Amino acid sequence: MTMILSSVLVLAIVGLLVGLMLVFVGNKFKVEVDEREAAVRDCLPGNNCGGCGYAGCDAVAAAIVKGEAPVTACPVGGQAVADKISAIMGVTAGDGADKKVAFVKCAGTCDKAKNNCNYVGIQTCEAAAIIPGKGSKACQQGCLGFGSCVAACQFDAIHVVNGVAVVDRSKCVACGSCVKACPQKLIELVPDKSTYAVQCSNQEKAKTVKAQCDVGCLGCGLCVRQCEEGAISLQGNVAKIDYEKCVGCGKCAAKCPAKIIRMR
Amino acid sequence: MAKSKIRGGVHPKGCKELSNGTATVPYQAKGELVFPLSQHIGKPAVPIVKKGDTVLAGQTIAKADGFISAPIISSGSGKVKSIEPRLTSAGVMAQCIVIDNDGQYTLDPSVGQKCDYTKLSSQEILDKVQAAGIVGLGGAGFPTHAKLAPKNPEEIEYVIANGAECEPYITCDDRLMQEHPDWVVMGLKVVLQLFPNAKGVIAIEDNKPAAIAAMQKAVQGDDRLSVLELETRYPQGGERGLVHAVTGQWLGGGGALPATLGCIVDNVTTLSAIYQAVCEGMPLMEKGFTVSGDAVANPGNFMIKLGTSLQEVLDAAGGLKAEAKKALLGGPMMGTAISSYDVPIVKANNALLCMTRDEVEEADKLMTACIRCGRCGTACPMGLIPQMMAVAAKNKDYARYDQLHGTDCIACGSCTYICPAKRPLTQLFKQTKPVVLGLKRAGQL
Repeated sequence: MTMILSSVLVLAIVGLLVGLMLVFVGNKFKVEVDEREAAVRDCLPGNNCGGCGYAGCDAVAAAIVKGEAPVTACPVGGQAVADKISAIMGVTAGDGADKKVAFVKCAGTCDKAKNNCNYVGIQTCEAAAIIPGKGSKACQQGCLGFGSCVAACQFDAIHVVNGVAVVDRSKCVACGSCVKACPQKLIELVPDKSTYAVQCSNQEKAKTVKAQCDVGCLGCGLCVRQCEEGAISLQGNVAKIDYEKCVGCGKCAAKCPAKIIRMR
Repeated sequence: MAKSKIRGGVHPKGCKELSNGTATVPYQAKGELVFPLSQHIGKPAVPIVKKGDTVLAGQTIAKADGFISAPIISSGSGKVKSIEPRLTSAGVMAQCIVIDNDGQYTLDPSVGQKCDYTKLSSQEILDKVQAAGIVGLGGAGFPTHAKLAPKNPEEIEYVIANGAECEPYITCDDRLMQEHPDWVVMGLKVVLQLFPNAKGVIAIEDNKPAAIAAMQKAVQGDDRLSVLELETRYPQGGERGLVHAVTGQWLGGGGALPATLGCIVDNVTTLSAIYQAVCEGMPLMEKGFTVSGDAVANPGNFMIKLGTSLQEVLDAAGGLKAEAKKALLGGPMMGTAISSYDVPIVKANNALLCMTRDEVEEADKLMTACIRCGRCGTACPMGLIPQMMAVAAKNKDYARYDQLHGTDCIACGSCTYICPAKRPLTQLFKQTKPVVLGLKRAGQL
């Protein structure tokens, strides 16, 4: 009997002491956490994609609360998440006008782009890009079609269709993984609201471009002259649209002889 | 005495007999001559002629941009047609000077002045080598004047003339050594003039007995020179293998230059060009070029003018007798596949091979998983472990790749050749090596 009593007593005292110690240590070494940080973190998608440029969702939540990152910092969550975060932070997020999506600047599908050889070897874009002549297509600046961007995308938003990568705008969150993965530097983040885009990156002269692909920018400059807003310029023989200035009138697309300025 | 050999290596079928039996045929291009501005390692040359200018053979048409660069010399005479991007042997469009060849090959009056090299100072020799546009003609294309100017010239013990020519099919060095051993020996003597304490060694694989005999005869009477017979084994002609064969010391990786072991390695064709430039006053305008392969009607060697299109040289060899499934610029081990014959021959090119079988495609169909047999490790002349490097490269584990010394890979292709699972190892390493080197330069690894 005594033995039972003493054991219960000893355990109770030890429990009490440990409990008191925990309370003391807990108060002594308390880390001040902004409760908003946890709230913001809860709003974020939580897949730690790194698309925001921070190490993960925890890091960007901390940055938002500190004011280092805007409430729209998460490209994945989009407007919905930005609204929730802005409610927590007490600011307005804006109307989502600066949402971006990835865009592949190549339209050279298997039927349009001409092949000049038969590439065999490692079936990735990085491997094909180091071979002289770069893959099977005659065009050396175009999409190689082995899908390194597809492998990089965590959101199932980009697929190779008929030899060219195509972005699914509804799924794209503009995290930029594909932009980094593409050895041809073909993918660009463009404003989601933009309507027209130049779907080619071939910088060769018109004659060479025509020999390489049916849908290549010839660098003729017709679009530059058509544009009343001065939004188009030729950069290295390829038309480039300044999305800040573009009003989406479509006059460039109507005149483009190669039909390479397309509605997105 | 056992013949010197490299570590590792493979024994691909030589196929040299296709083209080594007949004399080198001089060939003067009839069509336009195209000179890419970047034919060497280093900065591209800067054009000093413009459209419409008349140029003569031997005239400098583009000057070197800096020390690690080389000038471009016109190999023919005619008018400059344009300076525009053309498809080059590297498979990319690059700026080229195009000369409308008048077919006369009128020599510039400034070239062809003979000179006694023994009366020249080291700097004068180096200047002449640089002005002649000489780069490593074995394939690397490193500017030769830079290679011949190590920090301490008196510490150089050996000048190695690389006549190994271990790539299958290619026989232009073999023919050069048989036909003009004196050019090689004179070139070697010119280089030895730069290095007072050096001996000259001409290293040749033992599958070229005629070349060995010719060179042995040519070096007689000069006790500084000798001929070293090497075992036939690919890649015997690699710089590190040759240094090992001559000095018995292993240079190791990490980008160490042969000069650290007191060696200078130059291809025999480069030495012959040095002789032409220094003694005969002839800049680098032509070189031996092998056209071979089972699809070529009359395989052989041609003394071609630089800038000649591949199509013309192929026609000179009788064209194709069968459909060429694969065309290679360079040898089958390290050469690159080309998609067009409308490509100019540059300084570093030495062969065009046209094959009736695309063995790469056949191998690709047979590819299976790595069975970890380790044969790639046995074959690697650098002592690397390709199977483990391949795993690191595939997983993009660049730190591991670097830990395995993957950046020492010389892309000789021995591992891919020997692999029973037909895995494209070399391509993986060629893809990964520049990434790792870039990360290391940026301090991120």
